[in-house]
Amino acid sequence: MLAFILRRLLQSVVVLAVVGVIAFSMFRFAGDPVNQIVGVDTPVSERAEIRRNLGLDDSVAVQAARYAANVLRGDFGISYQFRQPVSHLLAERMPATLELALCATIFALVVGILMGVYCALHRETALAKLFLAISLAGVSLPTFLIGILLIFLFSVTLGWLPSFGRGDTVRLGWWTTGFLTVSGLRALILPSITLGLFQMTLIMRLVRAEMLEVLRADYIRFARARGLTTRSIHVGHALKNTLVPVITIAGLQLGSVIAFSIITETVFQWPGMGLLFVQAVQNVDIPIMAAYLLLVAAIFVAINLAVDVLYTIVDPRLRLAGRTA
Amino acid sequence: MSRIRTFAAAAGLALAFGMAPAQAANVFRFAFQGDIKSLDPYSLKESFTIGMHAAVYEALITRDKDLNLAPGLAESWETPEPTRWRFHLRKNVSFHDGSPFTADDVLFSADRVRAAGSSFTTNIPSDAKFVKVDDHTVDMVLSKPNPIAVYQFSTWYIMSKAWAEKNNAVAPSPVSAASPSYATLHENGTGPFVITEHQPGVRTIFKKFPGYWGKVESNLDEAVFTTISNDATRVAALLGGEVDWIDPVPLQDQQRVNASGNATVMTGPELRTIFLGMDQVRDELKDSSVKGKNPFKDVRVREAMYLAIDEDTIAKRVMRGQATPTALMIAPSLYARSAEFKRPTTDAKRAKALLAEAGYPDGFTVPMDCPNDRYVNDEAICQAVVSMLARVGVKVNLNAQPKAKYFAKVLAPNYDTAFYLLGWTPSSQDSHNILYEMVGCRTDPKSSRGGWNLGGYCNTKLDAIADQVEGETDQAKRDAEIKEGFEILQKDWAVIPLHQQALAWGVSKTVTLTQRPDNLLLLYWVSKKP
Repeated sequence: MLAFILRRLLQSVVVLAVVGVIAFSMFRFAGDPVNQIVGVDTPVSERAEIRRNLGLDDSVAVQAARYAANVLRGDFGISYQFRQPVSHLLAERMPATLELALCATIFALVVGILMGVYCALHRETALAKLFLAISLAGVSLPTFLIGILLIFLFSVTLGWLPSFGRGDTVRLGWWTTGFLTVSGLRALILPSITLGLFQMTLIMRLVRAEMLEVLRADYIRFARARGLTTRSIHVGHALKNTLVPVITIAGLQLGSVIAFSIITETVFQWPGMGLLFVQAVQNVDIPIMAAYLLLVAAIFVAINLAVDVLYTIVDPRLRLAGRTA
Repeated sequence: MSRIRTFAAAAGLALAFGMAPAQAANVFRFAFQGDIKSLDPYSLKESFTIGMHAAVYEALITRDKDLNLAPGLAESWETPEPTRWRFHLRKNVSFHDGSPFTADDVLFSADRVRAAGSSFTTNIPSDAKFVKVDDHTVDMVLSKPNPIAVYQFSTWYIMSKAWAEKNNAVAPSPVSAASPSYATLHENGTGPFVITEHQPGVRTIFKKFPGYWGKVESNLDEAVFTTISNDATRVAALLGGEVDWIDPVPLQDQQRVNASGNATVMTGPELRTIFLGMDQVRDELKDSSVKGKNPFKDVRVREAMYLAIDEDTIAKRVMRGQATPTALMIAPSLYARSAEFKRPTTDAKRAKALLAEAGYPDGFTVPMDCPNDRYVNDEAICQAVVSMLARVGVKVNLNAQPKAKYFAKVLAPNYDTAFYLLGWTPSSQDSHNILYEMVGCRTDPKSSRGGWNLGGYCNTKLDAIADQVEGETDQAKRDAEIKEGFEILQKDWAVIPLHQQALAWGVSKTVTLTQRPDNLLLLYWVSKKP
């Protein structure tokens, strides 16, 4: 078991290194950071000086190696545009992204499961068909369009919910939370729906399909024969067995919810890491881009590692395969 | 299930409470597409940031609503000799930390603004020596007369010497610093507002400074700044009443904002001139069908290019009327005699004849560089230019890119362009800047002359005029010399000025404010209506 985990960790390091190298080789296509930093009056000589000081004259390999050495020391560099340590900026923005991802996931799970169960149990009703139609829209409409539509309905036309930002936040140590203020909670609603909609439709369709499958199973028939109430059969037996793959999918999707909140954060000006990344790309802020890509890679690697470890615990065959390999 | 219930309850509660937003006394909320990148007033020369600094920092000489020079921290000034400027400083002015403002702070700021890492080194003449006469009098000594020596003083903000020394911020926050500077995240000016919270990229809160020395036109108690980079969200925030001011309003949304009833679009000509330039340096034009020579070196070809482009149509169609066609490289409000210059009328037939005369009866192919996220509808303008030039046989291959890539390609030292679109605002708000930086010869690599002359047009006669203009103190004579310079430009068809784009602020009907052509949002002129 330990050997397996160690081997996976080693692989993870390789993945991170590859991400870093690919990212660095792509940065020179992003444009010239120096021009984004200086004013228009800055003479050519000074620009060259800045470029040299930032180490941008060196080859990609040298830059990447230097960056790797700094990262190993825990130094992610200074943002070109904000002139602050990148680690500090990311830490400041992380609570916003994580809270949004959490709310979106909860929304997706709760609404997705409820709708999925309903669609499975009442297949022929008009409401079930409506849910399926909504799920189709959720899968096919691009996130930014959904966000803009929600803003125009709930912020501009009805004036119920804020269209941007995080509202007032409360500081708990280094963590800032929007859960404790009214404006913070209101601000969470639209972005959470936007971000969670795709996952919601995914879960809903999954639950519906699994539930239909399970309802045909023998033990459900036997449960009916035993004269259990419909409610206890549906909730206690059918739903419980449906949830296993749902949890797996939801867990795996959490990584992409965090990583791909970029679009939602841009539309709602949500001050999270994704927005920071988008602004960094526009301004060729290489330290932020590099750190964010590494972070996202690390999140995915960690989630996959956890899933793999859990699987080996659940399934002994994998452990055996690992030993012989 | 209980979790769902709590969530639903929380959401319901939020809605119920949120219906009536609590409004404190006179709070102004505003959103811009970009950030206030640094609070250090010498870090970055960018209009919006400079305008925000003006709320908390003050300059010796400021500019009024018509961009005329006006007293700031200097009550008055005079030139006892042509090379000596004397500034009489205002008394009883204190910085936000309570320390008094004196001549030492001016001397300190003069050093700091010219130190390495400052973006504002050219705001005061490089040869200027600052001498303290007494605690409230400062002399600026120059090596030669300079009529525009104080033209850029309005964005040279005075910082506190004691504060900077205490917080290890004596040097301007350099771009390549290994550690962040205190002045990047904190301010200590003398202005009418203080910044109480600054989260870069998220929000910044300004509060009225109770110890301000003067009377402030604004009735604001608080101003809250947020970045909203997405165009649609920004407009939605204005229409939904969540913010009182946005910049910019995209052209396609302007009608909707005006029709909404709770906000209007405030437009006015901006100082920036959008123009086209042509490579006149290389002996063979890059990636062109013409081999062995550069057609743009032929004045007839340049004239043909100029005449083929129908700027009126660009202004009317592409810019939806939000642009003022121009014959000059400088905004009309910055040059007294600009009315004497007229844009030659578009004439495709004559353009074709000129091309034939120059030896290109079937035209030629040329690549064009164009930014797509820098100026209003920049890429659309370039596309229009492409189709207009196609009518006279010049086939343009458009290469529109984000500004980060575009500037890396076309700016010094590469100057890698054959034909380009650029926008320019003279930071000195004076014509000399144009004659020197934009169209001056870039033959001397040591000089900054022609630094932004991407096409490399060169006429030594024009350089001589620029030098004359620099030292000329007689205003009428100076204007005449500038006119001579601009006439040479026009005769040489050196560049193709297109238009001054319009500013477009979205302003809620609950506020009154002043818009200046330099596009600075100045909080001290913003008021909430009662």
